[in-house]
Amino acid sequence: MAGRVQQADFDAGRELQAFRAAGTRAGAIVSFIGLVRDQLGDDDAIQALTLEHYPGMTERVLANIEHQARQRWGLDDVLIVHRVGRLQPGDQIVLVMVSAAHRGEAFAACEFLMDYLKTKAPFWKKEDTDRGSRWIEARDSDDQAAGRWE
Amino acid sequence: MRVCYFGKLREQLKQAEESLDMPPGAQTVASVVDLLRARGGDWSEALNDQGSVLVAVNQRMGTRQTPVTDTDEVAFFPPVTGG
Repeated sequence: MAGRVQQADFDAGRELQAFRAAGTRAGAIVSFIGLVRDQLGDDDAIQALTLEHYPGMTERVLANIEHQARQRWGLDDVLIVHRVGRLQPGDQIVLVMVSAAHRGEAFAACEFLMDYLKTKAPFWKKEDTDRGSRWIEARDSDDQAAGRWE
Repeated sequence: MRVCYFGKLREQLKQAEESLDMPPGAQTVASVVDLLRARGGDWSEALNDQGSVLVAVNQRMGTRQTPVTDTDEVAFFPPVTGG
């Protein structure tokens, strides 16, 4: 069980090895990596993305959404790593990794964790573009994605 | 009471956190909002009930009706955008 918030980059390969080293019960590992894009819908080039969070509450929410995932599916292990601070286009933002006996549970739980992470965990993104910086607005499509699990 | 602000709200209010003395009597998040909005200007505007300002009490999501006491931590922030 693990949820981490950090400024440093993560090594998905190393995290995967640690998952595999933890045991041989799991028949499937699914992972998701979210990246900083270099462009917005309206074609503004993004120079940097700054993420802030609510220390304390974030860790609490990460533990809570992992707990919910484990109640829904039989999971062997869960890892969530979310970065904060100033990131550049192409940088990794978030890693979610799930292991389970079979792929169906692992795929579903990974998607659930990402949907809940996006809509429940107290992170905020601000982007710097050629035209200045602005806070990213929450998207209805993310709420809808999270809503299908309710 | 410790009050924290995050994201766009923190910038609008030019404040990350503060210590707030609540008047005696039963209190809710709504009373905290009223107290802060009474400062006028950015406070009145940013914490407008029409806006989408979320609240957490002791790091759990709450509503305007959530009870609060002087020892609580109350945080105001916009809808989250992580992931």
